[in-house]
Amino acid sequence: MADKTNSRAIKEFLGEAEEIIESLNMDVVALGDAAEQGDVDPDLINRIFRGAHSIKGLSGMFGFEDISELAHHSEDLLDGLRLGRLPLTKELIEVLFEVLEILFRLVHGKGEDENFTLNLAPALARIEALRTGGAAAGDDPFEKYRIDRAILNVLTEYEEHRLRENLVKGRHLLRIVATLDLASFDQELAEITDILKRQGEVISTLPSSSDQPGRIAFQILCGTAAGVDQITEAMASEHISVEVLVQGEGEPGKAPGAAGEAEGPTEVDGEFEASAGTDATTLRSISRTVRVDIDKLDTLMNIVGELVLSKGAIATIGDQLKGKGQAALGGELQKATRILERRLDELQKGVMEVRMVPVAQLFEKMVRIVRRIASEQGKKVGLDLAGTETELDKLIVEDLSDPLMHLIRNAVDHGVESPEERVSAGKPEKATIGIRAFQKGNHVVIEVDDDGRGIDLEHVRRKGVHLGLINEEADLSREALFELLFTPGFSTRDEVTDLSGRGVGLDVVKNNISAMSGMIELNSEPGAGTFFGITLPITLAIIKALIVRVGTKTYAIPINSVLETLMVDPASIKTIERREVIELREATLPLLRLANIFNLADSGDAKQSFVAVVGLADKRMGIVVDDLLGQQDVVIKSLGNTLAFVRGIAGAADLGNQRTVLVLDVGGLMGEALRGEATFYV
Amino acid sequence: MAKKILIAEDSSTMRALIVSAISALGDFTIVEAANGFDALRILPQEKVDLVITDINMPDINGLELVNFIRNNEHYQQTPLIIISTEGSEKDREKGLRLGADAYLVKPFSPGDLQSLLQKYLGRE
Repeated sequence: MADKTNSRAIKEFLGEAEEIIESLNMDVVALGDAAEQGDVDPDLINRIFRGAHSIKGLSGMFGFEDISELAHHSEDLLDGLRLGRLPLTKELIEVLFEVLEILFRLVHGKGEDENFTLNLAPALARIEALRTGGAAAGDDPFEKYRIDRAILNVLTEYEEHRLRENLVKGRHLLRIVATLDLASFDQELAEITDILKRQGEVISTLPSSSDQPGRIAFQILCGTAAGVDQITEAMASEHISVEVLVQGEGEPGKAPGAAGEAEGPTEVDGEFEASAGTDATTLRSISRTVRVDIDKLDTLMNIVGELVLSKGAIATIGDQLKGKGQAALGGELQKATRILERRLDELQKGVMEVRMVPVAQLFEKMVRIVRRIASEQGKKVGLDLAGTETELDKLIVEDLSDPLMHLIRNAVDHGVESPEERVSAGKPEKATIGIRAFQKGNHVVIEVDDDGRGIDLEHVRRKGVHLGLINEEADLSREALFELLFTPGFSTRDEVTDLSGRGVGLDVVKNNISAMSGMIELNSEPGAGTFFGITLPITLAIIKALIVRVGTKTYAIPINSVLETLMVDPASIKTIERREVIELREATLPLLRLANIFNLADSGDAKQSFVAVVGLADKRMGIVVDDLLGQQDVVIKSLGNTLAFVRGIAGAADLGNQRTVLVLDVGGLMGEALRGEATFYV
Repeated sequence: MAKKILIAEDSSTMRALIVSAISALGDFTIVEAANGFDALRILPQEKVDLVITDINMPDINGLELVNFIRNNEHYQQTPLIIISTEGSEKDREKGLRLGADAYLVKPFSPGDLQSLLQKYLGRE
């Protein structure tokens, strides 16, 4: 396996390693918090140890010596920690974060090039320094308490250590024997360990065969300080027996701490009996998930898209047949097309669902970034994640990664003040950056905010004047000033930092979001913080579109941003402050003429126009067109880099009859139209 | 009939590697268990000819699985290979004392695994 020919396995490994590293990150964050509160769950340390252990074992199989070596040293360090040989210090947690960062970079680097490597010497030296500083363990309490050899024989070194710890702390040692139904033992066992963990610590779970057919016995060792009675009571059942193996002596001056709480035991409702009907079929259940290359899903999605277009072509043939006196045949074809349509809808939904992933993974990546940048800058920042279960198309999640990272970097780098500055401003020393996701109709909204210093609008204005973007006298609205921040080349900080000042500004963030047919909003209050709201479609690829005509050209408007369509009399269009508007239900709706935006010759003969009212986030706008041609499913194709500069266009779409139309980028057009007065100065 | 091998291992990568090494050797039926509990469920259902188990698994550990298998009249004679990592010598020794037939230390080569399989199952 060291011959590196097994590329599928390598991909599998890199994917798995990345997942392990991400979850290790979360665990180490939790470990840091727990250490601060002085209440560390041994399960948590063991989980981190197992993560490092897995990475070591796996990377060794592929001959990735660097990853393996680093993981190996970390594993030793964690082993010392979980076996009680090393104390849990702040420095140790710092080192763990450093290791995770390096592992992450190695795994990513190898994704690009298998020979990628990094200098590990500094990190290894730090690990060694910590390891050699450890203290030795005490006497063996197993002799003192006459623990049965048969029990010790099946315990791993770690479990032995946990048993020893429990005995040293003077806890009672219980043996719970449960004879459970073979078909549902895992649920029942989860319920039992749940009860035990509330009272103490589960040290090991030993399965053994039962005399009763269809049953399996488990012998659970549990350490508890004061929960003997509660456990005995809770376990009252003909299939469960509780025996006190060691009567603990208690530890003077220390309150009993319930271990295992931090892990968040899964809630199991009081149903001990699992549904019997599924017994036979679930017996072979192994892993229920499959890892799939996103390219394969793309191909599938494209095929579905092409099928949707073919269906459209068939429907057209049906119409033509009917028109040519073949009513019966045409009708049949239409009926068949409708069935096909329904099935295609289901297929499309199915494929789409497979592509959906929770944003949790993306958000968790941010945890590491915030930690690193904050510690580099000596700032204290906590991250508050919400809505991590919200799902988005995998590709959108991927494309969102960079812009989101940039916003977060900005927040830590520019937004968050130093601890001293915060304290003197009467704020808590530790800043909070919130990242939230939630679904809103056909869109997902991602919000990023911080409670930092906010944006100084006067500074933005001066900078805009200095860069020649606006006139000295220009009286700009708040929105217009915020909009300036998204202008290419604009950066409010004069010095270039290593963090955000890599020549990438908010304009790039905005372009990235627009490329996903999304929209970004900004709000900020000096002294209070800054808010970014990103509105994204749940999926790209296939969309329903409103097909419109302007002069001789046809365009598609994504239907998920169309709120309604109106027929308007040209006389009802008014001009207020050099902008065309109409009154719509007692509100003023700004209008945008596609003919103006794309420099089309105005047909001018229209007695009436149509307006498609579009909205994204909280903004509304009317797009004036000559005619509405109907709704259609379209497959969006990117225009590629050559045409990426064209504003207001999200891509091209095939209408199925060999006609290609441009798909409007509603977010981009709205930004353009709602920029307000600033437009005149740019 | 093809011999049946049970792999109890929580890492999907590791299972994929073991499967590919075994498949290269000949026609075997492979049953995969992603954790100890799955293994406990599969054992009475499938007539398994050989068990390969990892030591570190999230629910029950490999030693406990070895102990279970060796103390059950149905599987007492089933050859058992444990997979451990370097540094866990104590756990490995315990495994052998509990009745495991052999062990492999990660990282191991496909050849190591294959020769153990040939030893305990014979050539296909």
